Amino acid sequence: MSGRWTRFNITSVVLGFAFLYLPIVLLVIFSFNESRLVTVWAGFSTKWYRELFNNQGLINAAWVTLRVAFLSASIATVLGTLAALALVRYTRFNGRTLFTGMVYAPLVMPEVITGLSLLLLFVAIGFDRGFWTVTLAHITFSLCFVAVVVQSRLVNFDMSLEEAAQDLGCPPFQAFYKITLPVILPAVLSGWMLAFTLSLDDLVIASFNSGPGATTLPMKIYSQVRLGVTPEINAVCTILIGIVAIGVLIAAVANKRRAVRRRRDEQTAFDEFA
Amino acid sequence: MKSLGNVRRSYAPWEDPEAKPYIRFDKITKRFGDFIAIQDLSLDVYEREFFSLLGPSGCGKTTLLRMLAGFEEPTSGEIYLDGQPLKGVPPYKRPVNMMFQSYALFPHMSVEANVAFGLRQEGMARADIKERVEQMLKLVKLERFAKRKPHQLSGGQRQRVALARSVAKRPKLLLLDEPLGALDKKLREETQFELMDLQQELGLTFIIVTHDQDEAMTMSDRIAVMDAGVVSQIGTPAEVYEAPNSRYVADFIGSVNLFEGTVAGTANGTVRLAGPDGFDIEVADDRDFATGSQVALAIRPEKITLSRHRPESGNAASGEAWEIAYMGDVTNYIVKLDGGKMVRASTLNRQRSVDNPIGYDEQIWISFAPDGGSLLDE
Repeated sequence: MSGRWTRFNITSVVLGFAFLYLPIVLLVIFSFNESRLVTVWAGFSTKWYRELFNNQGLINAAWVTLRVAFLSASIATVLGTLAALALVRYTRFNGRTLFTGMVYAPLVMPEVITGLSLLLLFVAIGFDRGFWTVTLAHITFSLCFVAVVVQSRLVNFDMSLEEAAQDLGCPPFQAFYKITLPVILPAVLSGWMLAFTLSLDDLVIASFNSGPGATTLPMKIYSQVRLGVTPEINAVCTILIGIVAIGVLIAAVANKRRAVRRRRDEQTAFDEFA
Repeated sequence: MKSLGNVRRSYAPWEDPEAKPYIRFDKITKRFGDFIAIQDLSLDVYEREFFSLLGPSGCGKTTLLRMLAGFEEPTSGEIYLDGQPLKGVPPYKRPVNMMFQSYALFPHMSVEANVAFGLRQEGMARADIKERVEQMLKLVKLERFAKRKPHQLSGGQRQRVALARSVAKRPKLLLLDEPLGALDKKLREETQFELMDLQQELGLTFIIVTHDQDEAMTMSDRIAVMDAGVVSQIGTPAEVYEAPNSRYVADFIGSVNLFEGTVAGTANGTVRLAGPDGFDIEVADDRDFATGSQVALAIRPEKITLSRHRPESGNAASGEAWEIAYMGDVTNYIVKLDGGKMVRASTLNRQRSVDNPIGYDEQIWISFAPDGGSLLDE
């Protein structure tokens, strides 16, 4: 790859970024619009943000969403990690291929189907729809994402680490949480983050499985937008974008710093040795 | 590593019929599905012995070690440690420590914490742990690196951390799985002697798995040469080198010339062989071989003498140099005999003179004494 900035390069980069970010930029700009009309600019104002904090409906929805996301991500991380362990460690049990396929199926399953089938299940067993049904539904579909992320890390995990711990007098379960878990923790955390984000922005599955008093933020936004887009919605979305962007930024910076430090350490060890 | 000043004493408990083995493998068989990794293997190792399991990869040597550590259970047979059967005892309850081939250092812990891991697990007092860790790091000369993480160390340093960690609990038996495999040649040779000193100093029993015959020869009191799940020969390095009991062992340890032949007669401790290679061989061996049976004479390259004239006594055949490799201390020859057989010979370059060495394009003789090699019927 030559690092030259040709006219063609610049054009394609600009077009690409415009395609990705123009809608978002517009949304952010109009969240600061004075006017109630979304498409007419009438000067800068933060009044929609103030208004937002007085909109109890939106605040409630945001609160529900955060609780659902936190709870479902946490439980899905535990279950997904266990599934990944089973898939990587016990390579010889009967029906492993079937199990693998079944763990991964929800990755490619249309959300409508997942949502509908869960709804049918809850209705069949007479489970009242509400906070817990949404949470359960989110656990179900985000579990497999966690399993995939953790599994990819576990594949490279040196089993002799756990054996060494046992050899030094550590029973198997302790060996897992003293040695294996800290080593695979970055993958487990990214699995959690992924599950959290998936739950945060899910609309389809939540719509099927939610009930009274458990309206999530995406559902709330969607229902309000059907009555017409207000700058208030733009403000909510801008806040969401801000949170996600900060999260991504922190993760990227932490990663980068870790990589740099590691490279420097290895170089030091090498230099001293030589 | 400074040893405690004691001269090594000769040590041969395996010759004493009264001696009690420290570890006894009793008719061990291990199957993985249809694959037989270990077949009906019995083996004794004595206290304070430096014992090597030597063999090519896949011969079952690592499986044997893992059964001793408790990571695998034998399909049948029993392993005894100090007279106690080990069946059903989980790895974390065995008084045995292992040094892993990959070192298996805990990447998220400092060098110090790695070494202290087993001691903490044991519930040792904090102050005692600190003291023991310092002592161990001093032993492997890594005091300065106590706070480092494993990835901040070189390969040789990691190897020493692994060693320190595995001896920190003062196990009476240390298992080492290819401990020097990842080191370069020079470091490997240094470390070999350090391991031997450490074993002497701590008075441990070592069982080491290796595929490197030089390593096994240098360090061990005894070597078990393994082949496809069975032990082919157990003996001191000199025994397996000078008196191999099979073609496999002769070939695996060092380089060897095998002269296949038919027994033409035995008399007065001498066996005469009629060889297909065009010359008769006399071997000093007081076993009684049936006339006409097929045997092989295994003879090491350094036991073969090269000369320009036929020597007056001994077994001799003529040929010409086919390949000459000057190594400095020795020169290795491959001689093509008149009958077509290739024979390896090596001569020690005792004189500095490089005048007139045996070269290409001349008729030469190989010769060896009747007791220079050993007869193999397996």
